[in-house]
Amino acid sequence: MSALLVRDLKLAIRAGGGFGLALAFFLIVIVLVPLGVGPEMDILSKIASGVLWLGALLACLLSLDRIFALDHEDGTLDLLVTSPLPLEAVIMTKALAHWITTGLPLVVVAPLVAVLLGLPSNGYVWLAISLLLGSPALSLIGTFGAALTLGLKRGGLLLSVLVLPLYIPTMIFGSEVARRGIEGAGVQTPLLLLAGISFGTVAVLPFASSAVLRINLR
Amino acid sequence: MMSLWEYANPVKFLRLSSKVMPWAWGVGVSCLVIGLVWGFFFTPDDYRMGSTVKIIYLHVPSALMAINAWFMMLVASLIWLIRRHHVSALAAKAAAPVGIAMTLIALITGAIWGQPMWGTWWVWDPRLTSFLILFLFYLGYLALWAGIGNPDTAADLTSILCIVGSVFAVLSRYAVNFWSQGLHQGASLSLDKEENVADVFYQPLLFSIAGFVLLFFALVLLGTRSEIQLRRARALSLRGHTK
Repeated sequence: MSALLVRDLKLAIRAGGGFGLALAFFLIVIVLVPLGVGPEMDILSKIASGVLWLGALLACLLSLDRIFALDHEDGTLDLLVTSPLPLEAVIMTKALAHWITTGLPLVVVAPLVAVLLGLPSNGYVWLAISLLLGSPALSLIGTFGAALTLGLKRGGLLLSVLVLPLYIPTMIFGSEVARRGIEGAGVQTPLLLLAGISFGTVAVLPFASSAVLRINLR
Repeated sequence: MMSLWEYANPVKFLRLSSKVMPWAWGVGVSCLVIGLVWGFFFTPDDYRMGSTVKIIYLHVPSALMAINAWFMMLVASLIWLIRRHHVSALAAKAAAPVGIAMTLIALITGAIWGQPMWGTWWVWDPRLTSFLILFLFYLGYLALWAGIGNPDTAADLTSILCIVGSVFAVLSRYAVNFWSQGLHQGASLSLDKEENVADVFYQPLLFSIAGFVLLFFALVLLGTRSEIQLRRARALSLRGHTK
């Protein structure tokens, strides 16, 4: 498992792996928002937490097709499926690699970019915490979507149509945590629910993803 | 002894459904006509809402069927995954377009009703939002069916998507409750509540609900039958090619 993780991370970070592209995309989306909405800081700071969550969601989405596509093309995936490692573990590793290369950097970068949107100062901590808790769910749900659309031509658009509705609860709770944190309201309930979604997806979705992968590879 | 699973056999299913379908159509359409005509022309206007109340005869049944259609797809998907009956998978496929149409009808009639009552076509009220989200889930499900060539793979993958989607749809339904309660009224048709819609409105509403249920049933049967026949036609044409 760790060998697979290290391999995936290396492939993602080295040239052509697309590491950093998701971050660049995230930055561009955030920069585009004031250009579209207008530069009034009070409006921007109100919508900042939601926009940052939305940007993180889209950046995550963009990098999903890489999870399986390259391995599927060169046959590595078939080897992984037939290897002694359980397929569920392979999928967990893939999702973890995706989270380390996409979710984790977003958690680090989002508070920095938040300056551009004038996020209120007490929101930074909650934004980071909500992203840290919520982004694993994004990676796991995305892995499920990537497994569903494996090997389809023009799967990219279909992947978005499938995955984005599944992202809805995570995003609602995530941005709710950030918003309540800014307002100084109690964050406990949405925070616990967000954590619940993340742990729930960790527990259940690898099984669904591996069932899907087996169907797609038979 | 006869068992329900007998009708997993496409031939038996086709034979039975061809007998049932005219009845479903006939009774369904007459229920709908009775309910709508009664509701539109022979009930008084509501003292607060005026004549706009009459859209209830389309709004409530379609909303009901939008959710029940998804539930039916979930059950049919589970049957397909567990018992591998093709008819079940095809019934789930046939229910999806009807379900998305019901969702759209509910959303549109709701908007038309909301405009004079609330002064706006749309608010981000929990009930409205969760219906819009349900619409998105239907879209994804239909898109996946359309995207995959091999019918058995498509049936498997959409079934799993339906199950996982159901979990997330329920999560979304309760997640949107986090916002303010919104403008939409609570349930007014439960069987176990003291106060329901007044009887004058209730009785024609029951007819139009029955009409919607039977029409849904007839449309799903029709869709399933044509899917089975499409499969046959494809199998025959493939056989023709290899000879």
